[in-house]
Amino acid sequence: MAHPLPKIPTGISGFDELSHGGLPQHRTTLLKGGPGSGKTVFALQSLVNAVRKRQEPGIFVAFEESTSQLIANASSFDWGLPALAKNKLFFLDAKLSPEVVQSGEFDLSGMLAILKAKKEEIGAKWIVFDGIDVLLTLLQNPVAEMREIYRIRDWLAENDVSAAIITAKMDGDGSGIVNYGFLQFMVDCVIRFERRLEHGVALHRIEITKYRGSDFVAGEYPVSFGPSGLEVGAPEPAEIRQIASGERASAGFERLDTMLGGGLFRGSSTLITGVPGTSKTTLAGKFAEAACRRGERTLFVSFDESADRIARNLTSVGIQLKKHIKSGLLRMYSGRTESIGAEDHLLKLKALIREHHPRCMVIDPISAIAKTGGLAAARAVANRFIYLAKDEKITVMVTAINEGDEPENEATDLQISTIADTWIHLSYLIRSGERNRALTIIKSRGTWHSNQVRELVLSNAGPMLADVYTAGGEVLMGTLRWEKENEERAKTTHRRAEFDHKRGELQAAETDTQVRIKALQQDLARQRAELAMYSSDNQARIVSSSDREKELRRIRSADPAGRASGSSGNSGKRNQKGARDAR
Amino acid sequence: MRAKKAKSSRSGPAVTAVVVMRLYIADAAPNSIKAIANLEAICKEHLPGAFKLEIIDVLEFPLRALADGILVTPSLAKVSPSPAAKIIGNLSDRSNVLHALGIKV
Repeated sequence: MAHPLPKIPTGISGFDELSHGGLPQHRTTLLKGGPGSGKTVFALQSLVNAVRKRQEPGIFVAFEESTSQLIANASSFDWGLPALAKNKLFFLDAKLSPEVVQSGEFDLSGMLAILKAKKEEIGAKWIVFDGIDVLLTLLQNPVAEMREIYRIRDWLAENDVSAAIITAKMDGDGSGIVNYGFLQFMVDCVIRFERRLEHGVALHRIEITKYRGSDFVAGEYPVSFGPSGLEVGAPEPAEIRQIASGERASAGFERLDTMLGGGLFRGSSTLITGVPGTSKTTLAGKFAEAACRRGERTLFVSFDESADRIARNLTSVGIQLKKHIKSGLLRMYSGRTESIGAEDHLLKLKALIREHHPRCMVIDPISAIAKTGGLAAARAVANRFIYLAKDEKITVMVTAINEGDEPENEATDLQISTIADTWIHLSYLIRSGERNRALTIIKSRGTWHSNQVRELVLSNAGPMLADVYTAGGEVLMGTLRWEKENEERAKTTHRRAEFDHKRGELQAAETDTQVRIKALQQDLARQRAELAMYSSDNQARIVSSSDREKELRRIRSADPAGRASGSSGNSGKRNQKGARDAR
Repeated sequence: MRAKKAKSSRSGPAVTAVVVMRLYIADAAPNSIKAIANLEAICKEHLPGAFKLEIIDVLEFPLRALADGILVTPSLAKVSPSPAAKIIGNLSDRSNVLHALGIKV
């Protein structure tokens, strides 16, 4: 498109993404939908955002509700509406009192003159006609109704406005109130609102059905209401841009960290699954406690059980949360799952995150959000929550109850096991008439992790993982493990005694040998002395005997060479050999 | 502001109190012109000389109309005697008007 249509953001989270920028600027937008579908909130919120974010005053013409009622209703949102209504926003009470008598046809030229005057007075840029159908039906004349709609359109064209919103009660295809079909052709943008019941829970949906000169995200999207107003669950951006942290945070206690190759990655998500009673909450509580001990802000969200009771129950397994609640480090929130849709849960979680700014977070159990109002919605919400936590770099641990105990069934209804980074499964192993808790790490992305099934033992010192004893290819648990431990202990004692005994023996032998060495050395010394004595005696004798020979030779004048004659050993050997061969 | 004030008539029923009314119109819009004509006819017939009528052009005095709680045009407000009443439309349905003004036929 050469000239993209100028748009003006509504500031409504999610909607500006769906519409690729907001409402068409200087144009009219129609919000249609049944009663209680969120049209008025959407219109009012856009107006409030225009004032708060761009200092653009606005006019709200209320045909359906009295303005005091409207302001009172909207004051539950954190918009500061009563203050804005004093100078920046003008509310025209266009609700006819029941005492008003009608006699013949009327038109809106007077009202538009009033609005023009007011618009100039406060410099209004935005205008909302809320529930215009209420007034127009009084005309009881389709032609007259159309004429008045065109009158409004012309007025809007003449009076420069940033954006105009008209809301009207119509059902999905615009056929409910027969005469307003043409409204859709007149305006540049049509947004359909719907409120419907699914499994007894009200779900709100929004859809852009028309946007002249612009593309938009087609399809129906969930709408939820929270303390800051309405929010549209726009689809997540296709590209995921999260920075993976290499930093680790403790999963709660040392042995579990060891199994996880050093703890959980910061900003990662961990799913703990298990049937009821497998101490999912305990693990989550331990994780929260460890985070608090590191001085990190932590948020613990539970469902259908009071925070106080959870804190008390965890005390029995040595997890102390109350002091961290007192210090403000830990925020515990307990929500009700009855008659509140998954979208509303998400909104509440978002609000809690904004309030508390946690670094670590627990949701126990996240499967509670699927309790009411449609599984598809709950799945989407669970996914969005995990992504939200990732975006906020919160290390999150969620628990989910699953039915049955087969690993194949571990994939929870919410299907978050695929997006969670780490998945810990808790189960009961029944062996030898005992039920023991077993912990398995099914996956842990990007890190080494133990593949061993470990026994989870709860005591008043907290949860811990027992030493591993395997027998016959199985990890021993409970009594079997205890027996094995005792056996090991007995063996150790026995081995130690044996060892001590052997060492004593060896030491004695050594001493004995040393004693013998000493005696032998003494013998040796004596023998050496003797030998030395003997040698020197012999020397003296040799010397004296050779002197004597010399003396004899000198006396007899003999030739000394005669002494060598008997030394020809070689010839003797040869003779010996020859004699052997001859034999 | 265009204002018409009718003089009380000597020949009318003496017991009738003067009815004070305001008619809000949008300049020469068709419905506004019809309303003036219809109201004048009603007054002539049923309130001869016993009414006070002020006609206010909303296009000219929008903030006055706003202060008076006027929304659509034409609108007729009966100020006194009480009870006050408000009638919207071009006053073509005469019986509705008479009833709202408290005039017994």
